[in-house]
Amino acid sequence: MTTRRIAVVSAGVGVPSSTRLLADRLAAATTSALAERGVTAAVGVVEVREHAHELVDAVLAGVVAPGLRPAFDAVVGADGLIAVTPTFSASYNGLFKLLFDALDDGALDGKPTLIAATGGTARHSLALEHAVRPLMAYLRAVVVPTAVFAAPEDWAGGTGGAPALDRRIARAAGELADLVAARPAGKGPDPFAEPVPFEQLLRGR
Amino acid sequence: MEMQFGVFSVGDVTPDPTTGRTPTEAERIKAMVAIALKTEEVGLDVFATGEHHNPPFVPSSPTTMLGYVAARTTRLLLSTATTLITTNDPVKIAEDYAMLQHLADGRVDLMLGRGNTGPVYPWFGKDIRDGIPLAVENYALLRRLWREDVVDWEGRFRTPLRGFTATPRPLDGVPPFVWHASIRSPEIAEQAAYYGDGFFHNNIFWDAGHVRRMVELYRRRYEHYGHGPADRAIVGLGGQVFMRKNSQDAVREFRPYFDNAPVYGHGPSLEDYAELTALTVGSPQQVIDKTLTFAEYAGHYQRQLFLVDHAGLPLKTVLEQLDVLGEEVVPVLRKEFAARTPAHVPDAPTHATLKAARAAEEVSA
Repeated sequence: MTTRRIAVVSAGVGVPSSTRLLADRLAAATTSALAERGVTAAVGVVEVREHAHELVDAVLAGVVAPGLRPAFDAVVGADGLIAVTPTFSASYNGLFKLLFDALDDGALDGKPTLIAATGGTARHSLALEHAVRPLMAYLRAVVVPTAVFAAPEDWAGGTGGAPALDRRIARAAGELADLVAARPAGKGPDPFAEPVPFEQLLRGR
Repeated sequence: MEMQFGVFSVGDVTPDPTTGRTPTEAERIKAMVAIALKTEEVGLDVFATGEHHNPPFVPSSPTTMLGYVAARTTRLLLSTATTLITTNDPVKIAEDYAMLQHLADGRVDLMLGRGNTGPVYPWFGKDIRDGIPLAVENYALLRRLWREDVVDWEGRFRTPLRGFTATPRPLDGVPPFVWHASIRSPEIAEQAAYYGDGFFHNNIFWDAGHVRRMVELYRRRYEHYGHGPADRAIVGLGGQVFMRKNSQDAVREFRPYFDNAPVYGHGPSLEDYAELTALTVGSPQQVIDKTLTFAEYAGHYQRQLFLVDHAGLPLKTVLEQLDVLGEEVVPVLRKEFAARTPAHVPDAPTHATLKAARAAEEVSA
């Protein structure tokens, strides 16, 4: 079986966090969906909260702390991304945005991405569509059609709650797995390993 | 091996956070000159000034300042950190620095950079998104202006030239040595390598892993373009120091300047920043130890510049720092680096060595 790397970004602020709970379920569903397609998933989780201070330092001073580098590498090097944020003030929270602000330009170019969010009420569910999806579009990620929002009632049993959330998770994970499995593994060209030859720069590309 | 040591100044006018007092532009300009003169007096080799076209910075006219310093020094190498290759007219750079060469008897080189202040580009009729193409085209023209007596030229960014001769011609027909500086663009490392010029990495903003990647790229491509083995490429590094006899005193005195500094103030702690980057706050011995580690990730290099005068530090304190560098730090570093560097690693080119190389080429031709 071939292997693809999946990065899971979880920007919850509580511990334990329902955002992380949703992120883990999405990761598990994506792993299963990839297995059905003959692909092994190697999942790396980035808990943004653990890097909060390092991210502020990176944005203010440009320095990337040793602890932050593996998190950046996990996201940049992933074949697929699962990005999960809590809803704050009808949008992604600041922590979530800070991570993507701190990454280099082009870090998410063409990367298959599943977006998801948690919130205190289902009335926030469109935050995924009016805030998170445009952000990812700007970053040139390829976002799957199904975005997954989990409100408090989604964690309940019965026909309206958990089964409905599970179906959304499975559908989104399937969409992500389709994109990831269809692409060759590995990150794009490393500008330090393969610089644009100078003759090409001289010609104006 | 004769490594070059010096200081580079951004030329910021910053309030002293311990007194609240902001120096006037006149005071800051004169302070920069005093620092340059002191650099020679204490036995260091290089003074490099920044170039900026917006407050709170004063050095908009580097060759005016360096010309004045040239007249008052005899040995000091005059350089820049950096000369804006994007927004300056390459014709004016060619003329200004050739003029400076003549006045300074060849004690001139320059470090090219793109500048990262967004509005400066439109103020000079350029677009920051063209930063790399501007650096590439303008430098290609600058090289020709220094090397060809009559230039016909047409490009994308500047009005064409027909039958143009930049005057004065470079001293002895030898253009100043050029360093290319970049903290994050592989294209600039590629440019330096292509021409066999020097590459300067200002590691005061970056962690060792990043510095290693950039310098390794330059060295590998320097060899690729046939200028010689990678370990003979010409590399310069930054560094930032604040010293007192006892390291605790250094930390206590420097902390308010660090915490309120432009660029990194109110961000990482002094301790974290010193751990990550080329900043050392402590005893002279700590500065020696830390500086010697730079070669572990950048390889054997030729030029070490220290930032000593930013963030509102008073001139008196800066001059004390230079005394310590000259008396206690640099003599040890010279000896240690010389002992550790293999004989085949060349020194940074100077006017004298470039002139000799040119003469040798003419004989063999």
